[in-house]
Amino acid sequence: MLLTVLSGLIFSIVLVLFGRKFKAKWSILLPILPTLLFLYFAYQIPQISEGKSIIQHIDWVPSLGVNFDFHLDGLSLLFALLITGIGSCIFFYGRAYLKGHPYFDRFFGYLLLFMSAMLGVVLSDNILLLFVFWELTSISSFFLIGFNNDNPDSRKSALTALGITGFGGFFMLLALVLIGNIADTYTISELFTHRETILNHELYPLIIGLLFVGAFTKSAQFPFHFWLPGAMKAPTPVSAYLHSATMVKAGIYLLARFTPILGDHTYWNTTLLVVGGITMLYAAIHSLFRIDMKAILAYSTISALGVLTFLLGLGTREAMIAVSVFILAHALYKATLFMVTGIVDHETHTRDITVLSGLRKVLGPVALAGILAALSSAGLPFLTFGFIGKDLIYEATLHYTIPEWIWILTGLAVATNIGLVAAGFMAGIKPFVGTLPQEFEKVHLPYKSMWIPPLLLAILGVIFGILPALAGDFITNTASNAIWGNDTASHLKVWHGFNTVFILSLVTLIVGSLIYFINKPSLSKLQAVERLNNISPQRIITGYANDIVRFGQWYTNLFHNGYLRSYHLKIILFAEALIAYRLWLSGPINVDFWTLTYPDWYEIAIIFILIGAIYLVVTTPSRLTAVVGMSVIGYCICLIFVIYSAPDLAMTQFTIDTLSTVLFVLVLYKLPPFINLTSHTVLIRDAVVALGFGVILSLVAFKVWSEPISTEISDFYGENAYLLAKGKNVVNVILVDFRGIDTMFETVVLSIAAIGVYSLIRLRLKSSERE
Amino acid sequence: MKSPILQSATKYLLPILLLFSFFLLLRGHYYPGGGFVGGLVASIAFVLHSFANGPDETMKILKRKPLSLIPTGLSISALSITLPLLFGYPPMTGLWFEEPIPFIGMIGSSLFFDLGVYLVVVGVVLTILFTISLNNLEEKN
Repeated sequence: MLLTVLSGLIFSIVLVLFGRKFKAKWSILLPILPTLLFLYFAYQIPQISEGKSIIQHIDWVPSLGVNFDFHLDGLSLLFALLITGIGSCIFFYGRAYLKGHPYFDRFFGYLLLFMSAMLGVVLSDNILLLFVFWELTSISSFFLIGFNNDNPDSRKSALTALGITGFGGFFMLLALVLIGNIADTYTISELFTHRETILNHELYPLIIGLLFVGAFTKSAQFPFHFWLPGAMKAPTPVSAYLHSATMVKAGIYLLARFTPILGDHTYWNTTLLVVGGITMLYAAIHSLFRIDMKAILAYSTISALGVLTFLLGLGTREAMIAVSVFILAHALYKATLFMVTGIVDHETHTRDITVLSGLRKVLGPVALAGILAALSSAGLPFLTFGFIGKDLIYEATLHYTIPEWIWILTGLAVATNIGLVAAGFMAGIKPFVGTLPQEFEKVHLPYKSMWIPPLLLAILGVIFGILPALAGDFITNTASNAIWGNDTASHLKVWHGFNTVFILSLVTLIVGSLIYFINKPSLSKLQAVERLNNISPQRIITGYANDIVRFGQWYTNLFHNGYLRSYHLKIILFAEALIAYRLWLSGPINVDFWTLTYPDWYEIAIIFILIGAIYLVVTTPSRLTAVVGMSVIGYCICLIFVIYSAPDLAMTQFTIDTLSTVLFVLVLYKLPPFINLTSHTVLIRDAVVALGFGVILSLVAFKVWSEPISTEISDFYGENAYLLAKGKNVVNVILVDFRGIDTMFETVVLSIAAIGVYSLIRLRLKSSERE
Repeated sequence: MKSPILQSATKYLLPILLLFSFFLLLRGHYYPGGGFVGGLVASIAFVLHSFANGPDETMKILKRKPLSLIPTGLSISALSITLPLLFGYPPMTGLWFEEPIPFIGMIGSSLFFDLGVYLVVVGVVLTILFTISLNNLEEKN
């Protein structure tokens, strides 16, 4: 299984190397990988449907609990089949869609990266590994949304999507770490046994709160839903693959995966019900006002994701069956609708449903796919898989455990589905019926590889609709068992008898169709709705995001303003504050001055020279004099080292001082004559800071002297320098042996400094390279 | 700043100072000295020469850019760290020859580490100083 996840990554690297060839001759090889992976997962169906699961374990970072643990059970298999199956369709479709595009190879590289990441998410049995792949899907989605990188809108949408999903991922990481710490394991299959521990832990509300932020941002739940319509700036194959069928369902996958571990709790169920309920109705209503086919589909996708969250919130056996069936049904018809939209856009260069009509005459098979998918999304009885899904949703709401809520929940579900019926018709049927305008008469069918995949998916929806047991027994039953945690004992049937559920389905279909005929979306209506944008979550959250950016700019300008003097001031002030605080905490300093020895005359002489040099440095108007003064100070310190028997330090100080004086002189040569522009207040401020630093360091020296010091470390080095490292100069032995790695990195730092100076001065842009 | 006294002095000072810097490097393990100080002294020797004769002349003695000393030094240090791995010890284990070598004394892997430091220091100091001073010269012309 590791190979199934990594193969996409490996292949995307190959794509980098041989991109040119894949653009033209070898492009037929691209869809082979997803197809092979699909066959591999399809081959596992019989085994999994018997209730077995496949586990693979490879150590990666065992000390941190991060391992390549993979687990293929019913839920993973459902998603893996969707990812690879729809993936293969998309690869065939995208190859034709982007034929001749200059970034053709890049596109498929991102797509492969995404496919691997998504497979990683659904197959991981380790929550930290899951997180790694989760973030990879966000990143690949960012590249795909911003694929048309010369379009500023597209770049902005990509950034919004990354910002929102990355924000959620951060919260999710916190939740996962908390879960791992409480349960003391990061393996999902082991977490089941720790359910009670986590459920009864005081942090439980926080954990699920954080987890929900992660899942809701990924699955575009209210109030984080707005990145998804923006993500439709991506090329249509991407919208079909990532933003309807797979990636946005990662949030749903996460919730479903954790339902048996964290679910069946009042907080869990209520939050999901409320958020899912708001999202599904809000988005369904929104979709009715759109005129862009992709925008309609985007909002109806958000609504469908809301339905899934809502169902998970119900938490009953029927709801779990409905979740797995609806995931499959929705993926089949929504991917079809998106691909159909792509073809329409590709051939007519517009997606405006007020303009498009009658295209069935020129795009026959495409129209068939679109209409079948729209009917499936509407839930036409007896023929479509969407009907089975809708049936199960109503069954789940009607059998909810709290009787008072049944009618509210059912009403919500019916209202949402009515909206979805109308939205599906608007996107899947509207462009193909009616009279064909003259301007579209010359439209012709695209390549076969573009219209066969959507037709295939649409027909599959019909097959599953007529023979639901086929999908149920082999795929969705084991998935719902995995979410429910027990055998759900479900058997999908077309006909349940003439009962409430069937009546509700009929009502939904009829009212939805009525709305489709009455509601004529137009630009003016769209603009009326968009006036409400000021109070929409999008405006509020992007407002906050902009505030964060502004704060970042202000903070950076404050601390990283490019003035060396300002850096020095801040560093020294901070050090002063820190040391002063420690000194304050450690209590009074007891120094018995009478026990100190009197200084020798040459020590006093050195101190006087030092003071004189400092006075010279501070007062002189000439830079050169100041530099010379500084080096006098350096040599005096050097003498002090010699007197107090630190020859190594003295030698180093001496040579360093010599060289830095030379360096100063070389640099000073470049500077203009010195003019004193500094005001008196600044001078006084600097003097106070400098004096403060001196006083504090003197206090530290007294403190060190008055405290009994532990000599353990120096004793260790003194004893072992010769025994272990065969050296008698302890300082040198520490540098080259005991702490050799430190020295190694210090030399690296020095090298970087030298390279920095060299490149700043020597490597200038040629005039042709300047902008 | 061409003074004949300094020019003829550096003719003798350069080799002596270089020898001294090497001496510091070798004795570092037992007495004050070591690669860092040795490298600094060697750099001072070259800087003194460039003061007397101009950086162009010094570059002629060096024959190659001082920048190239940096990777050389870093790789010698890195090699001396990883060398013990070949003998099955953890990295940075000190490896020593059994018998002292005439004139040089005991030789071990830490001496090569120090040699790497020495070369890096010379490379870094000369790169920075010569880059700036050559640049100044160019602008003057």
